[in-house]
Amino acid sequence: MRRIDLMRRLAGMLGDEAVIGGIGNTNFDLYAAGHRPLNFYMLGSMGLAFPIALGVALAQPQRRVIGIEGDGSLLMNLGCLATIATVAPVNLTLIVLDNASYQITGGQPSASAAKTDLVAVARGAGIARSDWSQDPDEFSRLLGEALRSEGPSLIGTRIDGAPAAGQPARDPAQIRDRFMQAMGTRKEFGVE
Amino acid sequence: MPSASAKAWPEIVLETLKANDVRLAVYVPDKILIPLIDGVHGDPFFTAVCATREEEGVGICAGAWMGGTRSLLMMQTSGFGNIPNALASLAVAYQIPLLLLISERGALGEFNAGQVWSSRVVAPVCTALGIPQLTIERLDDLAFVVDRSIKQAIATQSPVALVLSPLLTGGKVFAA
Repeated sequence: MRRIDLMRRLAGMLGDEAVIGGIGNTNFDLYAAGHRPLNFYMLGSMGLAFPIALGVALAQPQRRVIGIEGDGSLLMNLGCLATIATVAPVNLTLIVLDNASYQITGGQPSASAAKTDLVAVARGAGIARSDWSQDPDEFSRLLGEALRSEGPSLIGTRIDGAPAAGQPARDPAQIRDRFMQAMGTRKEFGVE
Repeated sequence: MPSASAKAWPEIVLETLKANDVRLAVYVPDKILIPLIDGVHGDPFFTAVCATREEEGVGICAGAWMGGTRSLLMMQTSGFGNIPNALASLAVAYQIPLLLLISERGALGEFNAGQVWSSRVVAPVCTALGIPQLTIERLDDLAFVVDRSIKQAIATQSPVALVLSPLLTGGKVFAA
């Protein structure tokens, strides 16, 4: 599966959900599939997309929140799956885009290329609703179900090594400001 | 000079957090912080989350801030050593008013050599990142420092690191 195709399917299903995109190609294709102010793009802090999404989900329990992470990033911070399972926010859905490699640093194989099944890890951490999607239609179906039911839930999807279709501007203050304005937690400058 | 208040340090911290509407408390467990950890778990005002690592806590608190909830992140000095990249590339770069409450190990009678050197990274890392770092030693300074630090962090959209000295908390002593 192509990452950009999955991100376009995601974009087509979104309303007022907040989406947190992990570093690198993950948030590049989230952006390329159609920027929206309710997307937050990380520039560093590898492995923290899911924790950021957890924080957003706790702060706005009435809003659906989606975290998207690559396999390398998630492997850096597997403990967050246990935390999310323990806190169990009903409004949080996690997506793992697994190309079994560190694509952005030259394609070195990640642990998921050999032995590690990240969906099984999530299930073992206590996120019972953790599933692999085998094709784009199943991805859309699982995502639709996740957004309609009580979470937390996790969808893993194998992707190929195609390069990202675009990149957001690397301006953290602007990314955060627009995200917060869209979240209703910050006013536009000059607006009382 | 007798203290204006007979309250103990954890009670003062919890009251000051509540007065500033800090509702989410994220922590990695620490013995000195037990009264604060028990305090946030025992008070429905707070949502308490135990993180597996300190940088995970930085992410949770950053997300909560962007979602409109004020938070604090509690850890010990050794745990601070886990978070420079998360501070630099998330809290500082994105101008998140992250409130760090750090119990000080490694000084004033430390019995574990493993704690001594790790505690020494706090001040230079905060200096390098331009994060205000204040060590609180006196009970009668506590409410003022915590209250003003929260307000300044939010007003200036900058993280702040508060270190709780053994002079304030009693620290952790070796039970021989």
